[in-house]
Formats: sequence, C-alpha cells, structure tokens
Amino acid sequence: MTTPADLSAASREQHGDADAQALFDELIAKDSRIEPRDWMPDAYRKTLIRQISQHAHSEIIGMQPESNWIARAPSLKRKAILMAKVQDEAGHGLYLYSAAQTLGITREEMMLQLIEGRARYSSIFNYPTPTWADMGAIGWLVDGAAICNQVPLCRASYGPYGRAMVRICKEESFHQRQGFEILLELMQGTEAQREMAQDAVNRWYWPSLMMFGPPDDQSPNSAQSMAWNIKRFSNDELRQRFVGMLVPQAEVLGVTLPDPKLRWNEAEQRYDMSEIDWTEFDEVLAGRGPANAERLRRRREAHDEGAWVREAAAAYAAKQAARRAEAA
Amino acid sequence: MSDAELDPHGEVSVDRLALADELAGANAAADGTAVVASTDAAEYALRLGDDALVLAQQLGMWITRAPELEEDVALGNIGLDLIGHARSLLHYAGTATGRSEDDLAYWRDEPEWRNAWLFEQPNGDFAHTIARQLVASAYLVELYAALSESTDPTLAAIAAKAVKEVDYHRDHAVQWTLRLAGGTDESRRRMIVAVGDTWPYVDELFVDDELVERLAVEGVAVLPSTLRPAFDAVIGEVFAEAELEPPSGRTAFIASGGGRHGRHTEHLGPLLAEMQVLARAHPGASW
Repeated sequence: MTTPADLSAASREQHGDADAQALFDELIAKDSRIEPRDWMPDAYRKTLIRQISQHAHSEIIGMQPESNWIARAPSLKRKAILMAKVQDEAGHGLYLYSAAQTLGITREEMMLQLIEGRARYSSIFNYPTPTWADMGAIGWLVDGAAICNQVPLCRASYGPYGRAMVRICKEESFHQRQGFEILLELMQGTEAQREMAQDAVNRWYWPSLMMFGPPDDQSPNSAQSMAWNIKRFSNDELRQRFVGMLVPQAEVLGVTLPDPKLRWNEAEQRYDMSEIDWTEFDEVLAGRGPANAERLRRRREAHDEGAWVREAAAAYAAKQAARRAEAA
Repeated sequence: MSDAELDPHGEVSVDRLALADELAGANAAADGTAVVASTDAAEYALRLGDDALVLAQQLGMWITRAPELEEDVALGNIGLDLIGHARSLLHYAGTATGRSEDDLAYWRDEPEWRNAWLFEQPNGDFAHTIARQLVASAYLVELYAALSESTDPTLAAIAAKAVKEVDYHRDHAVQWTLRLAGGTDESRRRMIVAVGDTWPYVDELFVDDELVERLAVEGVAVLPSTLRPAFDAVIGEVFAEAELEPPSGRTAFIASGGGRHGRHTEHLGPLLAEMQVLARAHPGASW
C-alpha cells in the first residue's frame, strides 16, 4: 500500500528537497491548500496529526459527559435532540480520524494512543455533568468556545482538515443553539430550575475560557502554527471574542457570568476580566481532572469489550473474500 | 474574517417549533378539527408507542459503549428513529385522555405500560442486542407495512413513515447476525446463546386479544397473528444463511408474556426509574 508519506518521499526524490520546500512555502504564502499528495515538511505533518487526532479524540471522549443524560432527559423531545447531538459528535470523530489518516497514521494507532493515555484530548471533558443544566451549559459555553476556535480552522491550510471542519462547524452551531435553549427554558422555569442553570454556568464558565489555551505569551506551539496557516488567531484574541459573544447572550438568559471584574474597557476596546486560575487548568491537563480516569476507562472498556465483535466482522469479511475468489 | 463568520449561529432567538409539525400524523384532520383517538385506538397506539420507547431507551445505553464508533452512530440512529415513532404514537394515544406524550412517558408506573416483554429485556452483550434487534425489526417491518393500510389515517401515516426506517433497522440486524454467526468461533457461540435467550419472547408479539380483534374488524389495527408467517419466512431465510437454528418451540422455555396488560418482567422497573427520575423530581416543570 502506498501511504501519503511514501508519496511525499517519492515527490521529494523527483523534485529535490529544496524545490519541494519552495513549492510548499509558495502554497502557504498564497494561502492555498496543501493536499495529501503534496510534499510537506515532517514537522507540519506531525503537528497536523497531533492536532487533528487530539480533536478527534475530544469529540469521542466529549460524547461521555452528555451521554450521561440521554437516559434521564426530562422530555422525549430533549432526549431525541441530545441523542442526535451525541451521535453528531461520533460522526465528527469519524471525519477527523479520516482526515488524520490521509497523513499516514491508522485509526487503530490513534485509538491505541488515546486509550493508553499517550494522546491528549480537550481537558474540558474531564469535568463531570451532575445535573441536567450541564447539558445546557456544555452546549452554550463549551460548544460556543469550540465554535470560536473552530470556525477559523475551516480555512486551515491542510485541505482535508479544513473541509472536515466546514461540516463540523455547521453542526456545532446547532449544538450551541440547543444548549442556549435548554438554559433559557430553565431560566424561565421554576426557582429550582433557575438555580440549576446558574449553578451549571458557574461551573462551566472558567473551564470554557481555558479552552482557548494559555495566554499568548505562554503558548509554545502557536507561532509556528500561525506561520503555517493552521492557526489564524491567537488564544487571547479568540478568548476576547468569545466573551464578547457571551455577554449579550447572558443578558437574554438572565444568568450571571461568574466574574465580578468582567466589564467592557472602552479605551482599550476589550473586556477586562479576572485572572484565570491556570493552576487548575494545569492539573486537569496533566490528567488529574475530576473525571479523567473515568473517561479513559469507559473508552478502554468499550474498545476491549468490543474486540470480539470487530474480530468477527474481520473474519467474516475474510471468509467472504475467500469465497468470492474461489468462485471466480 | 467578517462578524458573520465569527458568529456562525448568528442572532440567537428561541425556536418554538410547533410540536404537531414534528410528529407524523399529528396534524389536524382535513376538515381542520383536531384528531382525537378512540379509547380502543389510544390503547393500541400505547402498546406500539411503549414498544418503541422502551427499545429506544435501551439502545441509547449503547452510545459511547459500542464495539466500534460506527455502531455508536448506527445504534444511536436506530434509537432516534424509535423515539420518533414513540412520540407520534404516544401523542396520538394521549389525545383520547387529554395527556401529552411526556405525560404518558414520564408519569405512568410500571403496571400502566403496555410494551411486550421482548423490548424490556436487557441489552446484554452485543450479540444479545442484535438478536433482540433482529426479532424486533423483523416484526416491526411486517406490522408497519400492514398498518400503513389502516382505516385510521393517523396510524396509517405514522406506519407509512416508520416502515421505511424499520426496514433499515432490519437490514442492520441481519448484517450483524450474519457476521456474528459466521465470524469467529467466539462470536458464533455468543450469537447462538443470544438467540436462545431471546426466542422465549417471540411468541408474545403475535398474540391476538379482544382489543386488536375489535379494532381489526374496523380495519384500524393489524391482527398480530397474521404477521407471523411473513416473520417466520424472513427469519428462516436469515437463519439458513447464518447456519443458525431457532430453538425448538417444544423444548425451549416460552415466556408467558402479559406486557400488553401491564404485567412485566423485573427489567422494566429500573429502566423506567432511570428514565423518569428527573421529570418526576420537578412536577409541572417544562423543559
């Protein structure tokens, strides 16, 4: 089998490293797309595999905090919407694994990296979902932050990634909207429902701001990713835009964003906000989040317990192929 | 980047979709009057709706636990279709007594549920879920195909939409039955056990009683017993290809059934407790 890596090696032999690098640089400079068969620097390939597979893992692990409430969703309409949403996330994981596969890594290898704890996924999914209002807060805040991060990725220089992101972003905006609606319904409901909504917003607000990553002056991978047109805006820029989007929506909802220092700074045209507690972020990122072990255990169990089914499907396919070969 | 690109969800406003538009067959009659089910038709719709909802609730449990990601998607999809059927059927059933689909789903206790026992049997391993899916979907294809000719226009509309979906569910179950039975020794062993454990619950699906007999005379309902030959023919073909044998009716245990009259196995209670817990903690709340 010829992998994209072999192809780029072949193309390097034909053109010579310097020519290939010059062509790549020219494509990036023109803001064109790099496609799987094009030559690309190894570091670019590695960066993309890391980023796309992490993103895929985040979709797959991110199904868990929400699937927690499918069985208990309080109306049939909400149950159907939540099931559709979690299913969309599985679909996003599948598109993204496919995009990463075009860079010369298999899905099996990526899955092993995940369940063996060798790959990262978005640490936001290591927080638990104790109440129904968490379904609203995840949609509104977590999916909202994801959209701010992901819309610029639709223009990422690597073609298969950018195209996968276009499909994903369309569905994410529906997810954010349904989260907002869950919270709105709660805020217009009973006292207990309003308390449930505010409590969930209190718990998810800061973790969602941390989804944009460390402040720009402490973000080690950002500069190279921006130069390669993988990343388009800095962490702090995106965080500012996200807060700017939340403030009017929080007013419509009637929830309070849990930051007493949050206010518009007219002179600097930005929001002033409290310092983010990065020690918590670092803990969660280091795998010590409240639900980290639980999330990986569930994924590992599904993988291990499903092994006999995958083996059966493979054995059946092999037998059918042998039968067809015999008949031919 | 323009602001529109940055904020793809645009201005957030609340969608208040008219519930009726989402539910097959739930619109008003041609003359504009609201459709109200007769007492008998409501009881019949409740049986069908409960079958669909209990099965959907079980399939939802597979999401994040399936053997491959494609199956998280497939089983979730099947569950979603079934919730759609349940909502339409329970909505219709509720018109007889002024109750909503959610009143029926969340505020009835075990003895008021009308699903057959097959649907409340636990997921078990993947082979058990597939065996249950095979029986359920083969039965539902025949049922909805026949019911789409019902003289009750609401039931006919619901069935006409559902039959296309359960046809896909049956295909999914058949494909997996062939793979598990014809895959490895281990998968074949598991599939045989699953078929043996599932078969006692088949007969209940095809039992006629006074209610369906009354409704069948009017052409509203389908007599379950009339669906059996087609079901047996389909299962016979699948089993022949998979080299499986249905457990013999004389030697195997046959479940007495009773779900249509509110008698259930031990599995339904915990399933309902989980499904209803949040709704019941907030009486009168809307979500």
